Amino acid sequence: MSMGNKRTHLDLAKFRGRLQKSGGREYWKSLEDLWEDPEFSALIGQEFPQQAMRSANGFDRRNFLKLMGASIALGGLAACSRPAGVIVPYVDKPEEIVPGRPLFFATAMAMGGFGSGVLVESHEGRPTKIEGNPDHPASLGATDAWGQASILSLYDPDRSQTVMRLGVISTWTEFQAALQPVLQRLRQQGGAGLRLLTETVTSPTLGAQIEAFLGNHPGAVWHQWEPDSLDNVREGSRLAFGTYTNTVYRFDQADVVVSLDSDFLSSGPGHVRYTRDFMTKRRVRSDRKEMNRLYAIHSTPSPTSSIADHRFAVRPSEVESIARELAAGLGLGASAAAGERAHWIGAIARDLQQHRGASIVIAGPEQPPAVHAIAHAINGALGNSGRTLIHTDSPEVGPVNQLASIRQLAADIDAGSVEALLIIGGNPVFTAPADLAFGERMNRVPFRVRLGDDYDETSLVSHWHLPQTHYLEMWSDVRAFDGTVSIVQPLIAPLYNGRSPHELMALLNDDANEPYEIVRSHWRRQAGAGFDQLWRESLHRGAIAGSPLPARALTAAMPPPPDSPAAASPALELVFRPDPTIRDGRFANNGWLQELPKPLTKITWDNPALLSPSTAAKLGLADGEMVRLHHRGVEIEIPVFRVPGHADDVVTLHYGNGRRRVGRVGEGTGFDVYPLRSSAAPWIDSGVRVEKLGRTHPIASTQLHQMLETSDYDRRSLVKSGTLAGYLKDPSLAPHHEEGAPVHHEQGIDEGPTLYPAWKYDGYAWAMAIDTNVCTGCNGCVIACQSENNIPIVGKEEVLNHREMHWLRIDHYYKGTPESPESFHQPLPCMHCENAPCEPVCPVEATSHSSEGLNEMTYNRCVGTRYCANNCPYKVRRFNFFDYSDYATESLKPMRNPDVTVRTRGVMEKCSYCVQRINQARRDSEREGRTIRDGEFTTACAAACPSEAIVFGDKNDPKSLVSRLRAEPAHYGLLVELNTQPRTTYLAALRNPNPEIEAE
Amino acid sequence: MQIFHRSTNALARFSIFGALFIIAFILWVIMMINRSPLVTRQGVVQAQPVPFSHEHHVRGLGIDCRYCHTSVESSAFAGIPPTSTCMNCHSQIWTNADMLEPVRASFRSGKPIVWTRIHNLPDFVRFDHSVHIHKGIGCASCHGEVDRMQLMYQAMPLTMEWCLSCHRAPEAHVRPRSKVFDMEWRSENRAEEGPRLVKEYNIRKKTDCSICHY
Repeated sequence: MSMGNKRTHLDLAKFRGRLQKSGGREYWKSLEDLWEDPEFSALIGQEFPQQAMRSANGFDRRNFLKLMGASIALGGLAACSRPAGVIVPYVDKPEEIVPGRPLFFATAMAMGGFGSGVLVESHEGRPTKIEGNPDHPASLGATDAWGQASILSLYDPDRSQTVMRLGVISTWTEFQAALQPVLQRLRQQGGAGLRLLTETVTSPTLGAQIEAFLGNHPGAVWHQWEPDSLDNVREGSRLAFGTYTNTVYRFDQADVVVSLDSDFLSSGPGHVRYTRDFMTKRRVRSDRKEMNRLYAIHSTPSPTSSIADHRFAVRPSEVESIARELAAGLGLGASAAAGERAHWIGAIARDLQQHRGASIVIAGPEQPPAVHAIAHAINGALGNSGRTLIHTDSPEVGPVNQLASIRQLAADIDAGSVEALLIIGGNPVFTAPADLAFGERMNRVPFRVRLGDDYDETSLVSHWHLPQTHYLEMWSDVRAFDGTVSIVQPLIAPLYNGRSPHELMALLNDDANEPYEIVRSHWRRQAGAGFDQLWRESLHRGAIAGSPLPARALTAAMPPPPDSPAAASPALELVFRPDPTIRDGRFANNGWLQELPKPLTKITWDNPALLSPSTAAKLGLADGEMVRLHHRGVEIEIPVFRVPGHADDVVTLHYGNGRRRVGRVGEGTGFDVYPLRSSAAPWIDSGVRVEKLGRTHPIASTQLHQMLETSDYDRRSLVKSGTLAGYLKDPSLAPHHEEGAPVHHEQGIDEGPTLYPAWKYDGYAWAMAIDTNVCTGCNGCVIACQSENNIPIVGKEEVLNHREMHWLRIDHYYKGTPESPESFHQPLPCMHCENAPCEPVCPVEATSHSSEGLNEMTYNRCVGTRYCANNCPYKVRRFNFFDYSDYATESLKPMRNPDVTVRTRGVMEKCSYCVQRINQARRDSEREGRTIRDGEFTTACAAACPSEAIVFGDKNDPKSLVSRLRAEPAHYGLLVELNTQPRTTYLAALRNPNPEIEAE
Repeated sequence: MQIFHRSTNALARFSIFGALFIIAFILWVIMMINRSPLVTRQGVVQAQPVPFSHEHHVRGLGIDCRYCHTSVESSAFAGIPPTSTCMNCHSQIWTNADMLEPVRASFRSGKPIVWTRIHNLPDFVRFDHSVHIHKGIGCASCHGEVDRMQLMYQAMPLTMEWCLSCHRAPEAHVRPRSKVFDMEWRSENRAEEGPRLVKEYNIRKKTDCSICHY
């Protein structure tokens, strides 16, 4: 029930007027909230929209009672006998396995070709959970949402399971028989006509195999294509240094960071590590009162821009001239800034100048090469090179301009010079630039083979589809953002009939194709005498010691100014970005990622075109309104969604949705925007025309779900924020009465008025502190929680009914104007209140309080009255309105965490503080005759968090990190005026604005 | 006009009063059925693919529990021996016994023996062997005198009521750690020894729901 759907037109001017009159709330959740829309107030008043009986479901009270009667009669009888259990022991137990105890193995997951180290939890040979690898430089123990969700992709029942020939089930043997004559014939002509198409390759083994193949077939050509490609980054480095170069940033050394449309905290190689590094400079404590400063020049709001100290929403095409003006301010080039932006560009330039050698300017992959080259030149001029960043050779094998590469392939197909096309990974028919019409062109190639995870759009036009192994099923290797090599080791034998790219290349090379030996023999050749030790150590650590690429001293050249400076055009601009959750479409069948509320917009299951509120008002569009976009002779239909802080006159399109051939989860979700993405302008384009269609599409955004109600109009008791300067004056950031806002009586978190003597927790007292200052809203914790606690997905319809099941949600508040609001992210698990309002209302005592202060939920006692959820002021309780847990799909069973009960219909559930981990740690410590050490274990969300924003521990231990954080002056609790005494508490968010710009 | 005689009033009163007893009786019957071996399977011997005798192996041959149940001290699951453990001895003795053919077949084919589970807790209950062993709860306290069982059966009811009886009063069941695997041990001075061991082993009377249910 998205409220925007019903509205036909928004009178921005009218709302502006109202805004000026009343001032609006200080912290707001949506534009309607800020504008005090009556419909919005009605929504807040509707306290439990998820409990409304949906007559549309064709299910009324009478039918319900009928069915209940029948199910009691049948279910009651069936419950009389206990199911017989069996025990199946090993025939010969592997030595290291202790039944009932998980093992952890180090491996690495590749995204966009670049690896990140992970530790995979394995229960008796079944991988169940991904954790970060503390020994891997790209992870340092943290993971992102995609790493966490990759476990679901492994068990995806819709993964390709068998070899297919023209849509008919076939075998590897038959494929080999079909391949051999083709290879024989092409070999006679030196491999001419043979083409390989891969994604970005950093695997040294695969690289060596491809090079060997090209060596034996001099006529063969290797092409690369990845829709989420780093072409601009690559070309920018060539423009600056004359050669493809990789840049590794050290955000822990930088005090001032300027992002030129870069979302370095949530996407791109090394983003997890970058978040960790960046936040070490941002964490303000009573003993560390310094903070870095981030300027975000952006067009689409992103997790990075959302936490920036200054945000400048500009059209993507303007970024280059801004970059040049910034460079000119630092003595590079002569594009002096003019107009109103001269003020802030000058201020940024002076700030950078004052932090020579301690600053970073970083450009986003959507920006053209020149912007990257300018960033390199600025970094060079500021002496940052070697201090806050280093340049290395590219970790890629054969880095190329991938757009040029696939264009060349298309041209060669036209010329008839492609006789056999072997596609390894990727889904080019869906993702290649639309004007190349790759699917149609591919049909002209006489022999087409593709190795892929799914039977997808590309498989449909291939002669042979070969199933590819998941990374948890194969031996491989991969380089990280800094070149560190990890050996990828399998956690499980291939579930289906898949093979790895290495095996396919070995087949083409007529090599031995035992997957373990392929990778091992490559490294045996590399390592020589010390191989055995290197192999064992690298497998154990998850990274090969000494493998990061060495730094190179390079001097960047400032790119020449464009011949004709881009004239400011009034036309709407388009910017293409990968979807924030399902990326380029590869995760389209991953339900966890589909239902994951996208950062900031909180949209699930969809990818509407994003617009600024004023652009939407200008076009007369409201949220969910369908439009037809006309561009370059192509048109698509797509709904729109307004995003506060979005650049005006810009439309953001997220590609990867709207897959045409995908599994049961991704079927019919989202809108395909690839048709608008041409090879002439794959990232930024202008001249799109918007035609209003007059119908709407429901958008399942969770931004307005489970809103906290407080009598504090400005919500200052919910969100505590301030500036670094304000913090230095008053570290408690207490709201000042003279500002005129009604302020609640400041109540202590731990003690309130009570008639009973206070309960004393004399053992452990579990508590969680969340530092909202370092949270980017990246969602890593949400998926980690989903994976750890067997949380089901519910589907778009049920999300629209406010019934999503995430135990941990990230509340997102705006502050300021709709044009350039500040964003505050607030991860919200169960508060585990000491005076929990949910407990006394349960008629069957299914929710109770533990001696260690946990608010427990006992599923087997729950009868589903939902009284507890009704009484929870934080709205963290989730009810299984239907059988959301998939009991039927066989392949999902081994994925589930065996330490957590799978909940059934009619049962309430909520965050348990990962009680299974607490219990395991307690039992382990008691077996060893000691108490649990601080940091010995943590919850799934805290373990995943790249910025270490979530801290869990024993608040009774004065030395524990969590009790030290609870003693911080900026520490606060939510709705403490209700005397709930929450165990989950927060640290205020701080911003460090530049006084020069702020003074304006 | 009076259809029924006045004396039937007493009958009506009595039957209303009696209905309470009838309802109470029915509830009591249901409760007793729920606690009876029919539901709990207490004392019910169940068929196994190999009629393994604990009496013969433990009492007769003196094999320690942990020879087969290897993970009982380190994991939640005590462990059921892999076929190879059986074959350690049975590749040497009773090599032709018909009774052991399923064991040999499993070893030859690599297909595990599928045993019938005797102690079967519901899926929403979690029990950890290792911590109970460490806290001085003997095998026999929950499994009974296994060394006297020719065929395995569940000696205790394994109801929540039964679990809680010990969680509330561990001093009545705790024993010295050295006697945990002793089937015959009896405390000679429970009144003194029980509370002393509870203190010594730092046993906390854990009755929080989330100790077992999560």
